[in-house]
Amino acid sequence: MDRSTIDTVFPALPVWEGEGTSRVPFAAYTSEELHRRELERFFYRRHWCYVGLEIEIAKPGDFKRTVVGERSVILTRALDGTIHVVENVCAHRGMSFCRARSGNRKDFTCPYHQWNYSLKGDLQGVPFRRGVKQDGKVHGGMPADFDPSTNGLNKLKVATRGGVVFASFDHDVEPLEQFLGPAIVPWFDRLFDGRALKLLGYNRQRIPGNWKLMQENIKDPYHPGLLHTWFVTFGLWRADNRSRLVMDERFRHAAMISTRGSSAAGSDAKQVTQVASFKQDMKLEDPRFLDIVAEPWWHGPTAVMTTIFPSVILQQQVNSVSTRHIQPDGHGAFDFVWTHFGFADDSDEMTQRRLRQANLFGPAGFVSADDGEVIELSQQGFEQKPFHRTLAELGGTDVADTEHMVTETLIRGMYRYWREVMEA
Amino acid sequence: MSDLDFATFQALVRLYADYAAAVDSGDWDLWPEFFVDDCTYRLVPRENHERNLPLATLAFESKAMLKDRVYGIRETLFHDPYYQRHVVGPPLVIGCAPGRIESESNYAVFRTKLDGATTVFNVGRTIDVVVDTPAGWKFKSRTLVYDSEMIPNSIIYPL
Repeated sequence: MDRSTIDTVFPALPVWEGEGTSRVPFAAYTSEELHRRELERFFYRRHWCYVGLEIEIAKPGDFKRTVVGERSVILTRALDGTIHVVENVCAHRGMSFCRARSGNRKDFTCPYHQWNYSLKGDLQGVPFRRGVKQDGKVHGGMPADFDPSTNGLNKLKVATRGGVVFASFDHDVEPLEQFLGPAIVPWFDRLFDGRALKLLGYNRQRIPGNWKLMQENIKDPYHPGLLHTWFVTFGLWRADNRSRLVMDERFRHAAMISTRGSSAAGSDAKQVTQVASFKQDMKLEDPRFLDIVAEPWWHGPTAVMTTIFPSVILQQQVNSVSTRHIQPDGHGAFDFVWTHFGFADDSDEMTQRRLRQANLFGPAGFVSADDGEVIELSQQGFEQKPFHRTLAELGGTDVADTEHMVTETLIRGMYRYWREVMEA
Repeated sequence: MSDLDFATFQALVRLYADYAAAVDSGDWDLWPEFFVDDCTYRLVPRENHERNLPLATLAFESKAMLKDRVYGIRETLFHDPYYQRHVVGPPLVIGCAPGRIESESNYAVFRTKLDGATTVFNVGRTIDVVVDTPAGWKFKSRTLVYDSEMIPNSIIYPL
């Protein structure tokens, strides 16, 4: 119910009802000013952000342009094999000089005045630094005390784990392992245990909604069995599947862990979905979409969705594995970049299986296209009445790990952390 | 190429025009019927195509999979409804043999939501193999390589 006395439709700041986080103010999603504060506090300070996989820059000289928050950065492998992340802004006049999305080169040159940088971001060359000789005189040139070593590209701190690369503008950020926390590290390592990966490709989509909604979507085990009819019918995600929700101690990251086909005997799908849209009689014309083969590294769970706050989601849905990179663009939109991969020792059949199951995911996927749609329409609801709030009270109002998925506790947890950081 | 007679070329043009009309009609059941049973249909970002990365946005390996997609569109995929409109260029014939043509075409698809302006939705080219069957010319394979790599939220209907 809307509050009966509304001071203003467009409050300057989000107003929370009490200390809890089960009712998220719409105004948390609708302000450009608040969004910039989120960029500073979550993306640019004290957090590790995902930038890519090591296989994307397999060889010395390889680079990939990506972002941390809304800042363009370049992930590189230097000629000595080391991995670096530098900001894509020339030290001279600030031009965002790297335009290629990926490639291989020995160095970077800003086209504007040909300032040249190593793959590590060190300034190597400045045209006319010593001036130009003419009629026995030297004209111009940089000041004698100009020091190239302090005028390189902005270098980010880099951490890798299991073939995944993270970066931070904040050189005082805690170690990556500590950032992930002991509850999340095992789930991260289960997927990225150091095996060589094989890059399968990308999907990109621009979703006109606030970036936090994507984190919430993957912290919300309430919706998959209801919005995604596909999931339920084939038992990929059912409310009565054996499942667990775990969070790091600050509640920012989470893993949703579920095991297909582990529903109690005799429970029927209609009962656990309680929706009229459920298609009991749905049968695939071509069952190869769900040609699922268990892999030893699963150790049981058939789906583990890990949200690493603020920038990435790690997906294992049966044989389909991917990273999903959240790239904000203002308070009302983000780009969502899917990187699908497999493992270097996959058979051709397994690669084919992963590619086939990828039809379920991404911007056109049977069970993912509608996530983008509901996020867009949620944002529309928020924008029209920012004084209002959501209601995330399934399973109560507290924040705790659970042994089931009939709860919105992970969303409440994320906002407990959000309030801690944003209200500090 | 000289062995592609005018009647066959006309049949190819007709196939492309009929396909565009069908996928814009809203009657999704028409779509799988443009393909042979043992067909492939792939919707691929140009980036993956040019870097030889095998991932597609959609990758179907049979007419049965296309029918599953139709079922998904109609019954399971929640989405904000929209119209779509294909504008397809003339076929570029790459090669032909008796009963078989390899051809390409440029396309642009516009999207119109119920409360919005019409926008460019997806632009690219098709890479096709079409074959003559007792039921007329059908797609043996159709690969849509799209330039519009940043998809405006989602793609629901067949392109």
